[in-house]
Amino acid sequence: MIWLTQFINGVLLGGYYALLACGLSFMFGVMRIINLAHGDLAILAACLAFVFADTTGISPFVALIGVIPLMAGIGWLLQRTMLERSLRAGLLVPLLTTFGLAIVIENGLFEYLGADSRSLAPYIGDFAYDSWAITGNIYIGSLAALIFAVAVVVLGGLKLFLGHTSLGRAIRATAADPDTAELVGINARAVYAIAAAIAVALAGLAGVFLAMRETFSPYSGPTQLIFAFEAVVIGGIGSLSGTLVGGIVLGVAQTFGAQIDPQGFLISGHVVFLAVLAGRVGLAGVVNRGGFRRFLAGKS
Amino acid sequence: MTLLAVERLDARHGLLQAVRGVDLEVAQGETLALVGANGAGKTTLLRTIAGAHRAAAGRIFFEGADVTAVPAYERLRAGIALVPEGRRLFTDMTVKENLQVAAAHGRAGPWTLDTVVEAFPLLRQRLASRAGNLSGGEQQATAIGRALMTNPKLLLLDEVSLGLAPIAVDAVYRSLETLIAGGATIVLVEQDIGRALAVATRVACLLEGRIVLEGPAKDMTRERVTEAYFGLRRVQQAAS
Repeated sequence: MIWLTQFINGVLLGGYYALLACGLSFMFGVMRIINLAHGDLAILAACLAFVFADTTGISPFVALIGVIPLMAGIGWLLQRTMLERSLRAGLLVPLLTTFGLAIVIENGLFEYLGADSRSLAPYIGDFAYDSWAITGNIYIGSLAALIFAVAVVVLGGLKLFLGHTSLGRAIRATAADPDTAELVGINARAVYAIAAAIAVALAGLAGVFLAMRETFSPYSGPTQLIFAFEAVVIGGIGSLSGTLVGGIVLGVAQTFGAQIDPQGFLISGHVVFLAVLAGRVGLAGVVNRGGFRRFLAGKS
Repeated sequence: MTLLAVERLDARHGLLQAVRGVDLEVAQGETLALVGANGAGKTTLLRTIAGAHRAAAGRIFFEGADVTAVPAYERLRAGIALVPEGRRLFTDMTVKENLQVAAAHGRAGPWTLDTVVEAFPLLRQRLASRAGNLSGGEQQATAIGRALMTNPKLLLLDEVSLGLAPIAVDAVYRSLETLIAGGATIVLVEQDIGRALAVATRVACLLEGRIVLEGPAKDMTRERVTEAYFGLRRVQQAAS
């Protein structure tokens, strides 16, 4: 029974990972930018929500109304001032730019808030630990369930938005071929800025939920970035439903690992990630290239 | 009435000057065919007119307004649409989405999803297919349809017959003749001189980035165009 409980916990945790990962995946899919500051932007949003809740005493859920548009604005500004310029210099430069941005955010938050671990849990009252009893000994955490539901709604909404709205089609067209998109009347520069705003707003949403369910510090970003990467790679880059599946696989792997051994939470997630990566590498047929890929695919 | 005027236009690819001091005028309702060998600058000229390529010097006027510095997406909204070489469809999107995405950003007018499908009946069954899965002729019809969805005043067609089976080329040209009969203004690049002379009202021949021969299609003979196409006269002059 404990395994079923852990499975359910893992699935719900996977919802958080999917929420965290979809902004990263979206930005890569549209602009071919690997945003190494994604986790730190999530933590930035968490800090903003914390400062808001701490100074006003109003619920962090209300803070979301302000934090999400603010994060979208930051995303728009980042694209216009930094990412757009670095993209012009090739695909590797944005990697350096976002790496630098990550360091700036981390140390900026450290300077302002100090090294203390914080959490938004005290500001949401009972909701942080409430649960529903499904049967006598299976409980579902209400916050975890809410985050999962939000993740499903956000990913589904994003999928519908991209598939069935004019702006969504413009984003897909620009992602596929920005030069031709301009030839059918799309302002690719504006579309990129909107996509960056969406991606950073999604990072912010995930960050505020992280702060509700766990503790965070100014240096928590890179760990979250790794989880987001793992979810994206397990689920397959560019697929939103895949991202949800990837998040769930990672979450279940981690909770099962933690059940096997208290130290097993992180390592089992990484092992599953590496196994999927090796499997993909093998499937892609790169075994023929020899070397470490051939070794990873088990054909050495 | 002059719809498009190009004055002393230069366009470069790095150090290579592809278009050299081209002067060109296109009147309302006219069909101009650009012919010339590979590398003569036809595609670069069209892309510069559409705004997809930056002009190094010279000016482009559309309906009397200087559009030289206007970005491509705004020129489209003003009424210049390019069907690019190689079709360049959004291959992961359906045919219908390819058409819709153009319509959303273009001008309003007679061309809608229904009228485009009417003009290219072969697309009717294909609206829900991914554009990347279509045959070459179907892709070309989609690419022209996509440009038409923006209701352009000036349609630029770059090598619409390239890579198509002869029967597909016939179908594409039948649709073009319908367009031309409807009063559309078209600049087209065509490698097949016979087709260019048949469909166009005026022909301009490019050689090494310059227009070396220009005139009404009815005054042109295949021999004159061929001579300009290969720069034979210059070779003869140099020899004598």
